[in-house]
Amino acid sequence: MKKYIDTGKKDTRSGFGAGLAELGRTNPDVVALCADLVGSLKMNTFIDENPDRFFQVGIAEANMMGIAAGLTVGGKIPFTGTFANFSTGRVYDQIRQSIAYSGKNVKICASHAGLTLGEDGATHQILEDIGLMKMLPGMVVINPCDYNQTKAATIAIAEHQGPVYLRFGRPGVANFTPEDQKFEIGKAILLNEGSDVTIVATGHLVWEALQAAEELENQGISAEVINIHTIKPLDDEAILRSVAKTGCVVTAEEHNYLGGLGESVSRVLVKNNPVPQEFVATNDTFGESGTPAQLMEKYGLNAAAIVKAAEKVVKRK
Amino acid sequence: MANTQQLNDLVIQVRRDILRMVHKVNSGHPGGSLGCTEFFVAMYNEIMELNEGFDMDGVGEDLFFLSNGHISPVYYSVLARRGYFPVEELNTFRLIDSRLQGHPTTHEGLPGVRIASGSLGQGMSVAIGAALAKKLNKDAHIVYSLHGDGELQEGQNWEAIMYAAGNKVDNLIATVDYNKKQIDGATDDVLPLGDLKSKFEAFGWDVLEITEGNSLPAILDGMKTAKERTGKGKPVCVLLHTEMGNGVDFMMHTHAWHGKAPNDEQLEVALTQNPETLGDY
Repeated sequence: MKKYIDTGKKDTRSGFGAGLAELGRTNPDVVALCADLVGSLKMNTFIDENPDRFFQVGIAEANMMGIAAGLTVGGKIPFTGTFANFSTGRVYDQIRQSIAYSGKNVKICASHAGLTLGEDGATHQILEDIGLMKMLPGMVVINPCDYNQTKAATIAIAEHQGPVYLRFGRPGVANFTPEDQKFEIGKAILLNEGSDVTIVATGHLVWEALQAAEELENQGISAEVINIHTIKPLDDEAILRSVAKTGCVVTAEEHNYLGGLGESVSRVLVKNNPVPQEFVATNDTFGESGTPAQLMEKYGLNAAAIVKAAEKVVKRK
Repeated sequence: MANTQQLNDLVIQVRRDILRMVHKVNSGHPGGSLGCTEFFVAMYNEIMELNEGFDMDGVGEDLFFLSNGHISPVYYSVLARRGYFPVEELNTFRLIDSRLQGHPTTHEGLPGVRIASGSLGQGMSVAIGAALAKKLNKDAHIVYSLHGDGELQEGQNWEAIMYAAGNKVDNLIATVDYNKKQIDGATDDVLPLGDLKSKFEAFGWDVLEITEGNSLPAILDGMKTAKERTGKGKPVCVLLHTEMGNGVDFMMHTHAWHGKAPNDEQLEVALTQNPETLGDY
């Protein structure tokens, strides 16, 4: 199978920070807001270079979403930064009315998504945010897989007219996608061609899917791996093209199976080509404290879990 | 600039519009709309500097954000009669396929509206954002917002009030429709607002009161004063003392008409008290 090299562990939130810094230099309309988490969101470079285009709103996320909506009136492109939990559930109605329904060009940038937030525990580990955001009409939902891709996505969403939810994480993870990649919203990336099973993964689970594919190859199972960085709009065609060949699919995400990527994929399959599907996702549960690796192991969100799911789904064909 | 007679005529005509709009669809919010009629007429015809036509970004003009979106009837009527869209379109209020949704929205592209509102407590934050954009754009115009007094029970307002003062958003004038009533009764009975003036001042705002909030001269005078007090390092709050249901005797001095439409007989009485001036739509 195709080899991917981890060029060194890097956190996706730093990819966001690097992308935002570049936007600060290239797009004078881009402004940034943060709710007292500048360091965690890696926004310092943007702030240092563009102090007049940064708004520290304090621990007041609802106000931040409203201010962001207002800043678009006047042609600004606001990027809000806080944890995924406080970027979605805490401010759902503000996003729904003042941003999504109002069609405002706000980029909601959400770090520390999912279990890999780690030791802070379930209060901060949102596993429902993809569902919340994909249900909002007009909202684009993106969950890039590594540092390079998060940086590219951050830069790309400034060019998209309309609200975007950009989800990324806290821990250092394998950085394996090209540094100079062009990020296309809604365009899935075929990472490995295979014939027995399709693995559709998003975010931190993409690297795990590649590790799983290697293990499956050793077992004689040929796995196709798709990096679906955009959950909405979903690249239906890429998924259908792949399952037409493999006849089954495993979806993998750091999110509840209810409302996540897996359900979006199921809908595409049921309407077009019903094939067996297995879900690598959390099972309608909250998280808990622990290291990222421990949590991903305990809640079944790693390469080993994807291998098991693939073995199972292949037998169901 | 309109003369006093023209403004008075407009106030009465807008009242008729409000009453006829909510009566036709047997829904909507006449109470707060009637209470703010003089304010809207003053704002859109005397106080605000407005460009011709409508542009979402509103660069080079004053902006207005309605936070208490349920008083859409007065907003729509005044926007239409200011020329943002045809007055006949008031006929479509709350009907299927209309741009005049129950609560205002940008979604259907109605000229004059820059944000959706209805779910309460969000408008001040939005107004602050627009005011910050004006500062970035070096656009020396004012951002106005209107809020229900009961709406201040929503916590987001106090985040916004704290932010605006702390960051010297002094090109913002937030007006509170201080009628002391909300759906379930008097604000004092539902959840007391306390001393609003002191609260805003404690947060660092410059506060002025318009005690006769249904008097055009008082509003014009008060809002001109408010305007003079912008640009001095503090956001400005106007406490506009209004009477819910103003101009229709049986709708005044009660919270009952917050969100209730008049029946046929009630409409007739109400319209008799507000005889046609500029022509019904």
